[in-house]
Amino acid sequence: MNVETPEPAGPLLEVADLSMHFPVREGVLRRARRFNRAVDGVSFAIASGETLGLVGESGCGKSTLGRCVARLHAPTDGSINFQGEEITRLRGGRLRPLRRHIQMVFQDPMESLNARHNVGDILREPLVVQRVGDRASRELRVRELLDIVGLPARSAQRYPFEFSGGQRQRIGIARAIALKPRLVICDEPVSALDVSIQSQILNLLNDLQREFRLSYLFIAHDLAVVKHTSDRIAVMYLGKIVETGDGESIYRAPRHPYTKSLISAIPVPDPHQRARREVLWGDVPSPIDPPSGCAFHPRCPMATARCRVETPALRAVRSAPQRVACHLVD
Amino acid sequence: MNGPSSRADVALLAVNGLTVEFDTDEGVVRAVDGVTFDVKPGETLGIVGESGCGKSVTALSIMRLLPQPMGRIVGGEILFDGENLRQLPLAAMQRIRGARIGMVFQEPMTALNPVHTIGRQLAESLLLHEGLRPNDALRQSMDMLHRVGIPAPDVRMTEYPHQLSGGMRQRVVMAIALACKPDLLIADEPTTALDVTVQAQILALMRELQDDLGMAVVLITHDLGVIAETSDRAVVMYAGRIAEHGSVYDIFDRPAHPYTQGLLTSIPTLSTMRKSKLPVIEGMVPSLADLPQGCRFENRCAHRQPRCAEAPPERELVAGTHGVSCYRWRELTPSAAANP
Repeated sequence: MNVETPEPAGPLLEVADLSMHFPVREGVLRRARRFNRAVDGVSFAIASGETLGLVGESGCGKSTLGRCVARLHAPTDGSINFQGEEITRLRGGRLRPLRRHIQMVFQDPMESLNARHNVGDILREPLVVQRVGDRASRELRVRELLDIVGLPARSAQRYPFEFSGGQRQRIGIARAIALKPRLVICDEPVSALDVSIQSQILNLLNDLQREFRLSYLFIAHDLAVVKHTSDRIAVMYLGKIVETGDGESIYRAPRHPYTKSLISAIPVPDPHQRARREVLWGDVPSPIDPPSGCAFHPRCPMATARCRVETPALRAVRSAPQRVACHLVD
Repeated sequence: MNGPSSRADVALLAVNGLTVEFDTDEGVVRAVDGVTFDVKPGETLGIVGESGCGKSVTALSIMRLLPQPMGRIVGGEILFDGENLRQLPLAAMQRIRGARIGMVFQEPMTALNPVHTIGRQLAESLLLHEGLRPNDALRQSMDMLHRVGIPAPDVRMTEYPHQLSGGMRQRVVMAIALACKPDLLIADEPTTALDVTVQAQILALMRELQDDLGMAVVLITHDLGVIAETSDRAVVMYAGRIAEHGSVYDIFDRPAHPYTQGLLTSIPTLSTMRKSKLPVIEGMVPSLADLPQGCRFENRCAHRQPRCAEAPPERELVAGTHGVSCYRWRELTPSAAANP
């Protein structure tokens, strides 16, 4: 079940120094004097069949990063290399071939499925847009997809509102894999679901990965969910990756002070493990005019003068296998 | 959590056989069916369950805030300090709400009035319930904001809800709920809309205020972690009924109901093995309009027997205050015999 077969070729996806700055239009002239630095110089890679988990609190830029990779946004700066091809600046019709290979699963399937189309139409649409197969083969594919995600074949004639949250997410997943993509970006795929349904969907995503050798960029705020599904984890704070590496080592020995407080803040479903937490004070600052130096310094219990002026780079450290962006970690 | 006869004398809140119905397009549905629990002064009772289990409806029923005219209490009693809230005249109920029972909701933005300043909303309950003069009410409001950890309370008093962050808003809602130092706080998913680091702040704050004010808390959540972290005792609800209740140690260490057992094993924790197959509860929560005849969990239960579909199991005591509604709990709880 956990046999890993590394692929000899380079990574499937390579993101370097990616930034997405949204202009904040203010005043009567609606001029952009300030920018929302949603993603600010992020680099990572994902291998074929691998899951990179992206974790962070609201406003950290994790969803924007996912949307940049899917090229739903045109990034401000940096590069995205997919299967050896530079996709950062593709526009219009030239994005269409890319959509076959990179797909998304969204948080709220009720909002991401067209309520006026039946499930058959929803699953057929990507095939029609990409001109895959003919009418008969598309019908077969729709049935096959429903079977893969564990929905009865008669679902094709039904509409999204007739399904429960978990079933709707299965439809969203079926749509995402319809074109046999290589990379699926899952943006909070289980956070809107009931607890007893979450594990069903997580198992499905894992099965699909093994069967179709999918790569996932798995975005979530729930560290336990991310750790469970991911080979590697990247922790984001205010548009930057502050710590990245193997999920197990990050959880066992987090090095960045933010990761430490994030892990310690998670309520553990075990009353014997109560109250050993360091509560982090304050809120996540706005990504518009973020704090100088290390963006975490106003909330960091260990911040020094250097942290206020100098932005730490994400780098290898001696004390742990993961990479950390903190001046105070050696 | 015994019957009213033995415990009502010490319970601050005793809910006995609460049954609530709603008129819907699909006819009358029973959202809460025979729910019984009690809360003692100063303790925290957690109510945990998934969407549609009736946990919020239970809270709204206690406050007599069910949406009208669709929702109504059709059975049971709600004894608060010995008084049946169900039979209280509206005016008397209004004197209890906000003064002796405070409430915090999930979404602080909808709980606050967007067109009134924070100060005005805080002072309102003090003016109403405590009969303070406006200046005293404002001073006390400021103290309360300070108390819930809001920096520069004098500035915040003049601001509007949209000017605050989610965590700050929830602190304000908490300040309003606690302004009159209630005996009981009902918190319905108070941290669900918040980030984990902010959630930790709010839970710590709630614990601290509870210690100071000595109030009891009914904490409603879908998050088993939050229950384990905060509650003395817990009630597990499923599809309108109580599946299991007991101390948090009963619930987490020796769950007796297959639903509780399933919930606890299906959630990934930081210690589950990467990409391992998670145990699942098959199927989904039944619609309230189409509930199973017998045990409500029967159609998803791996241990079901024919009798489970015939009639709902009665509540049985596992030990002490640990109770469960399942025909087969003895076979399914390995430690049942060894229980102290």
